[in-house]
Amino acid sequence: MKRSLLPLGLFALIVVVLAVGIYNAPKNGSKLIVSPLLGRSAPSFTLPKLIDVGQQFESRSMQGRWHLVNVWGTWCVECRAEHATLLKIKEQGSVPIIGIDWKDDDAAAVAWLAQLGNPYDMVVADREGRVAIDWGVYAAPESFLVNPQGIVVEKQTGAMNLEDWQAKFLPHLSKAPSPTGKSGA
Amino acid sequence: MSWRVLAVLAMLCWTLQAAAVDNTPPLPDPAMQARYLALINEFRCMQCQNESLADSSVGLAADLRREIHDLILAGKSDDEIRDYLVSRYSEFILFRPRMSLKNLWLWSAPAVLLLAGILIAVRVMRQRARLPITDDDPPDTLPTA
Repeated sequence: MKRSLLPLGLFALIVVVLAVGIYNAPKNGSKLIVSPLLGRSAPSFTLPKLIDVGQQFESRSMQGRWHLVNVWGTWCVECRAEHATLLKIKEQGSVPIIGIDWKDDDAAAVAWLAQLGNPYDMVVADREGRVAIDWGVYAAPESFLVNPQGIVVEKQTGAMNLEDWQAKFLPHLSKAPSPTGKSGA
Repeated sequence: MSWRVLAVLAMLCWTLQAAAVDNTPPLPDPAMQARYLALINEFRCMQCQNESLADSSVGLAADLRREIHDLILAGKSDDEIRDYLVSRYSEFILFRPRMSLKNLWLWSAPAVLLLAGILIAVRVMRQRARLPITDDDPPDTLPTA
């Protein structure tokens, strides 16, 4: 009797292990990937501005303030879903948003912003996708919260809704002391 | 040439076209090109997670192939290129994860399981060897048909 219970016990153990694994499996596999950028310096870049044609934007100028960096493109369906959230964040004025227009057609991007509204304080064009690779972007939209020291403290892959923003991003901003003017000059 | 031959040729052309996912220009040196081909099979396409960079027709895979191509041209070693991609896209981009303290249990699992199997087998065999022969028919009598 005791002998015949061993295989059954082993089988039950395997069932339990598999059940736990399946139950805990993320519904969207990509959400599982933790960005190696978290807690590290945001990669620096110099990219042409989308709207002020001919001018360059340097990521250095982001130092000293909180920024939300949002990677998007007009070819990206999820970005359209996220756009309303970005407009809300812009309305709240809690943080300037830098848009990286990823591998996109400039004219289409300008038309998109004219039609849907422009939540960005600055939009730069990453036409060749090299900066996106430095940031480890693989599925637009992606959003990064960068602190005044230039460290990436939060990241969202995929469309962000207001709940995500309030739950994941906003606490970082309220926790931090507000920037005290330009005393460092 | 009969239309059958033409049809077969046309189908062959079709397969050739389907295989040509990679538009990255070949590297000047055959050794470099061989390294390039080996490397693009080592990395996962992050957008279509069961394909390698070599298989994927997605834009990001093409960008990453271009990046690997440029890094080889710039004289980077294979390990430097792996570090470059892992530092941006995490270990997940590697089809073959590196051994680390965190996943040591996983790497050691096959050896541990094999050892456990051998121990169980030895125990069972020793137990059986000690059993008295209890067959009803002595082996030297022929079964009655």
